Amino acid sequence: MTLAELADRVRTRYPDVAVARDEVTVVVGREELLEALGALRLELGLDSMVSVTATDWPGRDPRFWVAYELYSNEHRHRLRVKVGLSEDDARIPSVTAAFPTADWHERETYDFYGIVFEGHPDLRRILLPEDWEGWPLRKTEELGGVNTRFHGAFIPPVDRRST
Amino acid sequence: MPVERLEGFQTGRTTQEDEQELKRGLLLTTVERAVNWARKQSMWPVTFGLACCAIEMMATGAGDYDLSRWGMELFRASPRQADLMIVAGRVSQKMAPVLRTVYDQMPEPKWVISMGVCVSAGGMFTNYAIVQGVDTIVPVDIYVPGCPPKPEMLMYGILRLHEKVRTQGHIT
Amino acid sequence: MSVDRQSAAAEVTQDSGAAGELRRETMIINMGPQHPSTHGVLRLLLELDGETVLSCTPIIGYLHTGIEKNIEYRTWQQGVTFVTRADYLSSFFNELGYCLAAEKLLGVQAPPRAQVLRVLFCEMNRIASHLVWLATSGLELGAVSVMLYGFRERETILDIFEAATGLRMNHAYIRIGGVLMDLHEGGVDRIEDFLGVMPGRIAEYESLLSGNPIWIARNRGVGPLPAADALRLGVTGPTLRASGVARDVRRDEPYSGYDTYEFDVITREEGDCYARFEVRIEEMKQSLAIVEQCVDRLRKPGPVMIEDPKVRWPAQLEVGPDGIGNSQAYVTHIMEESMEALIHHFKMVTEGVSVPSGEVYVPVESPRGELGMYVVSDGTNRPYRVKIRDPSFVNLQAVPQMVRGGLVADTIAAIASVDPVMGGVDR
Repeated sequence: MTLAELADRVRTRYPDVAVARDEVTVVVGREELLEALGALRLELGLDSMVSVTATDWPGRDPRFWVAYELYSNEHRHRLRVKVGLSEDDARIPSVTAAFPTADWHERETYDFYGIVFEGHPDLRRILLPEDWEGWPLRKTEELGGVNTRFHGAFIPPVDRRST
Repeated sequence: MPVERLEGFQTGRTTQEDEQELKRGLLLTTVERAVNWARKQSMWPVTFGLACCAIEMMATGAGDYDLSRWGMELFRASPRQADLMIVAGRVSQKMAPVLRTVYDQMPEPKWVISMGVCVSAGGMFTNYAIVQGVDTIVPVDIYVPGCPPKPEMLMYGILRLHEKVRTQGHIT
Repeated sequence: MSVDRQSAAAEVTQDSGAAGELRRETMIINMGPQHPSTHGVLRLLLELDGETVLSCTPIIGYLHTGIEKNIEYRTWQQGVTFVTRADYLSSFFNELGYCLAAEKLLGVQAPPRAQVLRVLFCEMNRIASHLVWLATSGLELGAVSVMLYGFRERETILDIFEAATGLRMNHAYIRIGGVLMDLHEGGVDRIEDFLGVMPGRIAEYESLLSGNPIWIARNRGVGPLPAADALRLGVTGPTLRASGVARDVRRDEPYSGYDTYEFDVITREEGDCYARFEVRIEEMKQSLAIVEQCVDRLRKPGPVMIEDPKVRWPAQLEVGPDGIGNSQAYVTHIMEESMEALIHHFKMVTEGVSVPSGEVYVPVESPRGELGMYVVSDGTNRPYRVKIRDPSFVNLQAVPQMVRGGLVADTIAAIASVDPVMGGVDR
């Protein structure tokens, strides 16, 4: 199945398909996510969830874009499914029931961005300490670090330097 | 291979300091000298390898750069049986309490070598997740910079620590 | 203290008197994060019934470095130095994935000689990583001499890396648009010497371990992972191939010219620790074959960095008396001859490449499995989002299934056979 065929077959169900740089991306709504993943798995053989992550675009609506990378063991093609979430309603159904491998990926996305995956069996922080406050990978959060003092000089943390 | 001997390097003190100590009557006694020599001869490190520096620490302990020439090939897993903690690898905020617990569990006398720039000063990771220098948590005796330091650099740091122990003893 | 002991003793006698059986309860034991055998700072919460593991919960995050956030504040070329320290035992693969993603966004390709060098160093890194796996697994299972042999071979490889890139680990050698510098004088001969020595050494490991009754007893049947479960849990790499699924990104979605090399994808059917051991040993041999093919292609000279001045790293490096630095001719050129060259050099180093906006996902086959880079760009000179899909992060999800019902000592063998590198897991 070529890239164009894959894109056409996906486009029949979900019209928001983009093909760029040899990759196919489809944007679905939050409500149709689980149904879409099931249909893609059945019809196009996309049975492997490779990665789940999010990107933060503050100032835009929707602010968070959750990206699911899918892979087909049978046909050896890939597809990216993206769902947009607005800032004050950052909730999305969890896909762990259909793809058990998404367990830790969703926990990591929750840990970094504060996006709540409804239906996840154990949604808590995974990489940061349990009592950490804040969602560090959001663009509105600082990089952190320490203001170093050396012989009277003051070196700001790297996100406040000029270069 | 000829070794350059700097004045005062054998004792760690210059001749002026020696004279001052004579005046104060605080020269190290023979027993203390023997104890310090014994302590540095066979320092057992506790396994505290965290990240990339841990691999270089293992390489230093392996065959090519052999740590067992100084009796240190035996990395003890239990901190109760170790007297040296080579913190090798970036210390994250989650790991910091664990590091302090392991340090507290080591019996006196104990020393700490901070291996690598991540441990000494945060390294290239000046961010929310890494402790910017482990000397904010435990007292450090020797800092070995590098990313990661070559085994020869770590060995030099260990030898400086040996000299420090042999000449200055353990400061409790 | 004594009061508790007395009352506990009273409880025991009461129970054994009343019911006539021993009181059983399970024990929750914490293994790690400071542990000699958990392959890094991994913490396992084991629920034990005697010596049998009822359940196992891995707790990670003790090496979380914030690499992904940190890259967002650096330029595209500086991102290479951060990404290379994620999975620190396969540093070339991290760099390769990141640079391929950036090049895909830019729409450029590295010159052929650079691609051959990339494959060469990646395969040698695969051998080095498998050697560390062999050394540490042997050490954790009690075969201490394997540790010394594994690191001996690794030193040979690291000497080659050091001569070619300047560093033993975390090289930052593969750059956007090519590689940092060409192989030095006599580099190819050095690699050929290594190729002559290595097959004998691998035979040595096999004679030491493969038929060893203790090694077989500790590994055969331990940590079983059926293929269906492995696929559901998203496992990739040697762990998956040892369960019978022939999935290898180099074969299925070739990159950097891998479709022009001849190598086999090694699989085994049993899916236990011994099968994973066999797969990795065979993979070392396959990597040697690929390195040999690379060395043949390096006979012809060629550029190692693309020509496009808006992308290429501006330096021209050579080995000088104090190490690797800009060549004297280049320094003369920018300092004395051409002001434009100086300005261009300055801009490329401080401001960097401007990558067109978009997002890509590039998978490479690292020694642990599929290492993916999901890179989002917003058109500026700084990466907007770099997500490292690390293979060990996903493979560790399979560990609870592998160790359930086994003994505590088998847990160590199972984790060692998955070969997690916590730098990649926690990033």
